[in-house]
Amino acid sequence: MRRSSFVLTMMAFGYAFLYVPIILLIIYSFNESRLVTVWGGWSTKWYAELLNNQQMLSAAWLSLRIAAVSATFSVVLGTLAGMAMARFGRFRGRTLFGGMITAPLVMPEVITGLSLLLLFVSLEQFIGWPAGRGMTTITIAHITFTMAFVAVIVQSRLVSLDESIEEAAMDLGARPAKIFFVITLPIISPAIVSGWLLAFTLSLDDLVIASFVSGPASTTLPMVIFSSVRLGVTPEINALATIIVALVTTGIIVAGVFMARQERIRKQDEQMAASSSA
Amino acid sequence: MGRGLVIMVPYVWLLLFFLIPFAIVLKISFSEAAIAIPPYTALVEWAEETSLAIRLNFGSYLFLLTDSLYAVAYLNSLKIAFVSTVLCLLLGYPMAYGIAKAPQAWRGPLLMLIILPFWTSFLIRVYAWIGILKQEGLLNNFLLWLGVIDAPLAILYTDTSIYIGIVYSYLPFMILPLYATLEKLDDTLLEAAADLGARPFKAFLSVTLPLSVPGIVAGSLLVFIPAVGEFVIPSLLGGPNTLMIGAVLWNEFFANRDWPVASAVAIALLLFLVVPIMLFQYYQGKQQEAAKQ
Repeated sequence: MRRSSFVLTMMAFGYAFLYVPIILLIIYSFNESRLVTVWGGWSTKWYAELLNNQQMLSAAWLSLRIAAVSATFSVVLGTLAGMAMARFGRFRGRTLFGGMITAPLVMPEVITGLSLLLLFVSLEQFIGWPAGRGMTTITIAHITFTMAFVAVIVQSRLVSLDESIEEAAMDLGARPAKIFFVITLPIISPAIVSGWLLAFTLSLDDLVIASFVSGPASTTLPMVIFSSVRLGVTPEINALATIIVALVTTGIIVAGVFMARQERIRKQDEQMAASSSA
Repeated sequence: MGRGLVIMVPYVWLLLFFLIPFAIVLKISFSEAAIAIPPYTALVEWAEETSLAIRLNFGSYLFLLTDSLYAVAYLNSLKIAFVSTVLCLLLGYPMAYGIAKAPQAWRGPLLMLIILPFWTSFLIRVYAWIGILKQEGLLNNFLLWLGVIDAPLAILYTDTSIYIGIVYSYLPFMILPLYATLEKLDDTLLEAAADLGARPFKAFLSVTLPLSVPGIVAGSLLVFIPAVGEFVIPSLLGGPNTLMIGAVLWNEFFANRDWPVASAVAIALLLFLVVPIMLFQYYQGKQQEAAKQ
């Protein structure tokens, strides 16, 4: 019994550790005072300042566009890679392929960033593309390091999936492409959706890789935040953080409710199918 | 044909944008810095029209060896990553255990609460700690108010604040694999141990702990490897005396503009990480095999 109270204490401490900083950020985003430690009364002036900060807004817009494009491409590539790893058994070069898929998960960002920049510089030297660096190079870099996460999610979903439905479809004469779009894709769609969201978030959040592969004209939101934080604590960042937390929490609650409903419908369908076949 | 295409597209992408870049880093690490665009000398040159001359310059690597700054930074990074990994494990293990042992209906929400901070900006969450750890920050004010300390502690801009930052940011990466292995654990084994007279703690040590080793290894590698090259946390929370190799590489590249030395730093760092990364892949392959069964 003493062990269980130890576990409970550690859990309480752990959750407090994770959430107290975020809660303090939210509270202090409504602080009138410029000083983070002095409470100057409730105010929403930092939100107003944030909305007037043109540099921050255009950086946010650029980051959102890059995140949407790279998440979409990374879902396509990551799903193909996950399929190959989960369904194709042994093929030539599988070991190298598997290594290249999992390595970006753990690779330190400074190495990925530096190596991609050197690639882009060499490419520009030899074939003249990409000319300069900006949205394109950041997007390519983000696709490369986020597709690994999508591949792992899709692969683990496919591994835990019953192959007999696909085999049955094949026996009934469906072509591989048809099987993929009619059977496999709908079943793995939750994995694809969460993969897209993860890739989107990772791209939106990335500072190091984007700093390496961006040009002078393309500044992403994390780059703006990083440089303003280095200059000193700014209450505007608290307001920005609160907006992000609010959006994420809403999104996750909506997604949770939606998924729970999907699951319920699926269960009902299965029951109906089972009872009608009996 | 469709099968070939499914493999080819991501394969070619990864070759082009993941593997070849490392070859280029390796190549540039053997060239010399020069005032040019791009700022390094060519490695391969046609000498006298007909013979191909390859000039490998080991200067950058020698430089890493002769200047103690690099050795100190590498060792310091390994130390910080190691201590942070141990701290993550000490905090993460009981949490993962508690979640795995919680009633079925609670596990999902408890796990969600672990993942949720991960979806909010990493940079902003690290920044939140500045306001807490500052000399006149919230933690010091709180401790003074409690009467635990008489004078504010210097926490921000020390190694301690780097540990706090890394444990805080990487804790979910430790908890998730640990939870995955602990959750699959067969409770009948513990009942058997209890029937044979083992006290709960003894049963934990001789049954649960050994069976959760794959999760411990996977979680530790997921924290350790990225922590070695960490740049953001030490540069926001660390002091001027804390040298980590990620920041050295960054400075070598952006401040000194010495591309060959930056590349050599990256290659050396990669060599340090090759063994842990291969371990990571080995354990991941094993886990996937286990998932198939």
